[in-house]
Amino acid sequence: MRDDIFTKRRNGNLVFLLALLILSVGSIIITEYDVIKGFTSITRAVIWGGSNFYPDAESLRILPEIFPKLQETVLMSIAATTVAAVLALVLSLAGSQTTRINRIFSIVSRGIASLFRNIPIVAWAMVLMISFSQSPLTGYLALFFGSLGFLTRAFMETIDEVGNNSIEALQATGAGYFHIIFQAVLPASMPQMISWLLYMIETNIRDATLVGVLTGTGIGFSFDLYYKRFDYHAASLVVLLIVITVIVIELVSNNVRRVIL
Amino acid sequence: MQFKELIVQETNNICEQLSSYEDRHTSFKELFLTKDTINFGPIKLLDRASIAMRTVILFLTVLTIYFFSTLDYQSIDVLKGFTDTFVNFKTMFLNPYAQRFTLGEAFYNVVVTLGLAFLTTLIGGIVALLLGLLAAQNLAPKQVTNLIKGFVAIIRAVPTILWVLIFAVAAGLGSAAAIIGMSFHSISYLTKAYSESFEDLDRSVIEALMASGANWWQIVFQAVIPSSVTYLLSWTFLRFEINFANAVAMGAAAGAGGIGFDLFMAGGFYFDLREVGFITYLIIAIAIALEVFSTNIKGKLQKSI
Repeated sequence: MRDDIFTKRRNGNLVFLLALLILSVGSIIITEYDVIKGFTSITRAVIWGGSNFYPDAESLRILPEIFPKLQETVLMSIAATTVAAVLALVLSLAGSQTTRINRIFSIVSRGIASLFRNIPIVAWAMVLMISFSQSPLTGYLALFFGSLGFLTRAFMETIDEVGNNSIEALQATGAGYFHIIFQAVLPASMPQMISWLLYMIETNIRDATLVGVLTGTGIGFSFDLYYKRFDYHAASLVVLLIVITVIVIELVSNNVRRVIL
Repeated sequence: MQFKELIVQETNNICEQLSSYEDRHTSFKELFLTKDTINFGPIKLLDRASIAMRTVILFLTVLTIYFFSTLDYQSIDVLKGFTDTFVNFKTMFLNPYAQRFTLGEAFYNVVVTLGLAFLTTLIGGIVALLLGLLAAQNLAPKQVTNLIKGFVAIIRAVPTILWVLIFAVAAGLGSAAAIIGMSFHSISYLTKAYSESFEDLDRSVIEALMASGANWWQIVFQAVIPSSVTYLLSWTFLRFEINFANAVAMGAAAGAGGIGFDLFMAGGFYFDLREVGFITYLIIAIAIALEVFSTNIKGKLQKSI
């Protein structure tokens, strides 16, 4: 009997590894990925980076140009997340199992969340660029729609986790719908929601760089500009500033999380 | 005050009765109410947590208002922009049509994007498995875990697109740069997820194996990985979904090919909204299929283990 279990387990593992191998080979062929080139490029990139990709004294001249762009990007991410969070709160209250008014509301808001979450940010950026051209609003709206989908889903799960007990207790005392929302549901789910909000801000700052490269706005555009001019010292300074910004925001939100959760 | 005394007295009575049943030296009364004074003062409304939450909300609101008040509206007509966008969305979603490629070509490009996502997840998963073991606090010394966690945090702070573009200088624009560049974020994300799954393992299991003379590799392969394999796989599937979205974006922004590149050409080069709509529908369908697939797999894995 014991041999059987071991053989079975070994066969299972073999099938799994074989499937992985076939999928890998298939992917390598279809994406025309040169495996050797891919891995040797790491060492080459390190050597190249060490000799070219660092901010030198001369690149510091771009700081006055960069700081307003960085500030714009950070503010844009925060504004997009905050406004999206307010709407997501309404949608998630309408969509959650515990607080929904009726089935139709729930299905509609779940549908909106799923649609917005799965539309690629590239598609948002492309469509919005046609009407808003290279303004910060393009980036703002692209981030906003993506965040709305993600936050609605996250908030909905948070509200579902709060559970029915406190809601039923309040219902028994004769409290109305809005009393229940403001006295039981929101206080209980607020810490987790703020944690999601902070996570979304971090993600949005990174995504803002991508949207910036695509639509020519914010800090992403600055990077693209220096990168395409082969001014790698300046480009590396932009990367450094983004890294510092993201890490600072991560540290702040970790501290906030430690207090509220 | 009357009420408070009543409660204290009543509790004392109950405790005395209870301890008279017990044959022990310690009475319940001594245990619970010797120096307890019940405080019936008003409940504190603002503790540290709610102050922190209010500060965060206030801060974010102020920054949002500041962003909108300093936004440069002059170069664009906001109202016209919104109506245009609405019309564009209508064209996109109600009249999707592919002009420049056939359905077969579109599917081929979707498979290319899936391939990019798969290779990225595979490389990320293999490297992260090793780093995750070294970053788990119950398996590695503290200095090593701190070093790896810091390293991984820095990798994560650089946006994926920048990793890909940096590697593109060394490897040229194309799938090699995209896969290696995207792998960095997968490594960072999966290392964090894996190491947290490893840390969930009960310490006594590791100690029991150590006491029986097992070495580090035996502990890893016989206890750590088998007990966390469900979590590892579900995190990996989740990352695959994220990598699919990333691969679309990198196709558009870094010339990695696949459906993302078609999307970029349709939107940014030909301004063909009907084609953008078609590609968007295709991507949404694949993303939802992946989500359903991974939910099913997760359910099956949890049942089988």
